[in-house]
Amino acid sequence: MDNATIAIGSDEPAVTLDAFLEDQANATAVRLEAGEDARALLPHLDRIALVEVSFPSFRDGRGYSAARILREAGYQGELRAQGDVLVDQMPLMKRCGFDSFAPEAEIDAATLEAALTRYDHVYQKAADGQVPVWKLRHG
Amino acid sequence: MKVLTGNDLPTGDVIWWTGNGWSRHIEDARDVADQGESIARAEEGARHVTGPYVIDATVTADGPRPAHIKDRVRALGPTVRPDLTLKPADPNAGSWVI
Amino acid sequence: MYKYDQYDQSIVDARVEEFRDQVKRRLAGQITEDQFKPLRLMNGLYLQLHAYMLRVAVPYGTLDGRQMRMLGHIARKYDRGYGHFTTRQNIQYNWIKLSEAPDILAELATVEMHAIQTSGNCIRNISSDQFAGAAADEVADPRVWAELLRQWSTFHPEFSYLPRKFKIAVIAADEDRAAMRLHDIGIQLVQRDGVLGGRIFVGGGMGRTPMIAPEIKDFITADDLLSYVEACLRVYNRYGRRDNIYKARIKILIHELGADEYRRQVEEEFVAVKALGLDPPKAEFDRITKMFAPPTFATFGPQADTAPNPAFDAWRAQNTVAHKQPGYAIVTISLKPTGGIPGDATADQIDLMADLAERFSFNELRVTHAQNIVLPHVAVSDLHDVWTALDAAGLAPANIDLISDIIACPGLDYCSLANARSIPVAQKIATRFADPERQRDLGELKLKISGCINACGHHHAGHIGILGVDKKGTENYQLLLGGSGAEDASLARITGPGFSEDGIVDAVETVTNVYLDKREAGERFLDTYRRLGMDPFKEALYG
Repeated sequence: MDNATIAIGSDEPAVTLDAFLEDQANATAVRLEAGEDARALLPHLDRIALVEVSFPSFRDGRGYSAARILREAGYQGELRAQGDVLVDQMPLMKRCGFDSFAPEAEIDAATLEAALTRYDHVYQKAADGQVPVWKLRHG
Repeated sequence: MKVLTGNDLPTGDVIWWTGNGWSRHIEDARDVADQGESIARAEEGARHVTGPYVIDATVTADGPRPAHIKDRVRALGPTVRPDLTLKPADPNAGSWVI
Repeated sequence: MYKYDQYDQSIVDARVEEFRDQVKRRLAGQITEDQFKPLRLMNGLYLQLHAYMLRVAVPYGTLDGRQMRMLGHIARKYDRGYGHFTTRQNIQYNWIKLSEAPDILAELATVEMHAIQTSGNCIRNISSDQFAGAAADEVADPRVWAELLRQWSTFHPEFSYLPRKFKIAVIAADEDRAAMRLHDIGIQLVQRDGVLGGRIFVGGGMGRTPMIAPEIKDFITADDLLSYVEACLRVYNRYGRRDNIYKARIKILIHELGADEYRRQVEEEFVAVKALGLDPPKAEFDRITKMFAPPTFATFGPQADTAPNPAFDAWRAQNTVAHKQPGYAIVTISLKPTGGIPGDATADQIDLMADLAERFSFNELRVTHAQNIVLPHVAVSDLHDVWTALDAAGLAPANIDLISDIIACPGLDYCSLANARSIPVAQKIATRFADPERQRDLGELKLKISGCINACGHHHAGHIGILGVDKKGTENYQLLLGGSGAEDASLARITGPGFSEDGIVDAVETVTNVYLDKREAGERFLDTYRRLGMDPFKEALYG
């Protein structure tokens, strides 16, 4: 499935951002609610294994920026989109750096596969390493 | 009276609940009383309609007429293009719309 | 004009197949309407009063003859023989079937067109000066920047679920023909010490809380453009309000933060973003610039005067302006015949305009935000032939920027958001002022009508604005005065209590009479209003 995984099973429960920053600094999994500042995690990235970004509604796009901010700062761990995550949004999320998904509703694997492989080219450089067309044009 | 309306999913046409199906013509609409919401849910689930909602209408000799101007425009067509309404041949067809 | 390469084409083709699959899943019941709606909106497909409506993008308003002819073909084959040109330089069709929408997109893709991001809470079609590449007063062709932004914004992974829609305009002259400062981001290209750059204005808009955008950055070069707008958008995506749809536009964020604080946050974000290498190299800028190179103009000797023809002369005086190339003119084709529907054109008229572009305008057309069509490069010696052809097709009203050149949204005749009809009001006003002499005497007078508070008809920016509201189930019209979408941008103020449909026509006549009575030499309606203020107009209206 092209590096993206649907998260299943029981991971270590992610702690809230407040808890992580205040009294659970040993935790390695953090949950970011929409609207929380991803940059608060930047000093701690090297010891975090999972950041779960919440999408309370598919219309709420704040998590896309949170993901990019984490990846741009060099975060290498798992980055999971959780919540009202629709199959047609997963390609964009992947471009923003998400590498796992915990959607509330079931996702059809064939539809997801088609969505993730639909576009051969992208216009922008983002967090997923895809080469933008301006780079293809000019090397 | 209460009338159930919405749009046909594949074509987008304005449609009205007739009691046992859907019609393009407001004249075919039937009172749904307090059943509108449940009919709407079932019909939307079956993809016979999209965006269904219940409106108030009055009974006239020519059939039901929506209470609100927006649904009267929907029931006939654009007032500025009589040729594109449901009754292009009748110059007085829109007399009840505005 | 910009021409697609294999990459552009492959992206648009993939989009057609993606939407075909999404429609298939919707019709099969695999996704709900709630889930489908944002997907169809991002392809410009609305569900309106009578049917689906498809809005097709015309990037920065520029088209060639082949593309224009395709728009006519779609009107004929999939709609009811006409299309409606919009205030964002696009075209929309009112009678589309969902089941046919993928086929329409496939046909559009064959001529490098699409409906991508013509709706939805994403970055919309980039708009620009309709005279770009032809205007004598431009410092550069703004469409080069607009095309950079078009590519950057297309399927932007981070900014496809913004708090609200996002509109960007780029101009390159001091005269603002694109209502630049009434956009979420407005860019004015300027030369500074021999270097081309852009002034960036952020946070303008109309809608229920109209605002004129403050300047956020006084100069940015093309090398930094995409990083800078990325920073502008990221601050908005993170902190724009999502709790209230009416407060979700970026103008509210900037109003609440203050321009200085917003600028500070953008600058901070820009430092982070600039390090990522998001900006394409100069070679890409040069590649696009080449495609907007001016056509090969002819040189003309002294021209013989044509025989006087009052109708042609009036049209030429009103509907053409000077071109930067001697011997050429910029022609604006009015889609505002007296009693007609502003912005509508039949498939046959669309075809004719395509023909004229190919024969007389180096194969170029533009859509204007005032819902007219421009032939940007017409030889002065061809003007009479162009006018003759237009006149025969009902396309030669000589009324550009006059009171009958009305901007009107589709209103309650078509739009599911509207509270009142706009088109009949426009028709009645144009009919009341049908006498061409009277219109010319009134001079430049921009009249703009919206059928609801969303302001698609730009009523806040009208010298005279009209806003239709629902007053206990009947249509009621508020009158506004003193707005401008041009370089002297201002927001119109409401006069007082509203009017009935016929009453608003009388009210417009009343305020124009005040102007005629009080004007000083050389003053437009707007100038007189600004000099005198609201009082004499209010007095005449309400006594």
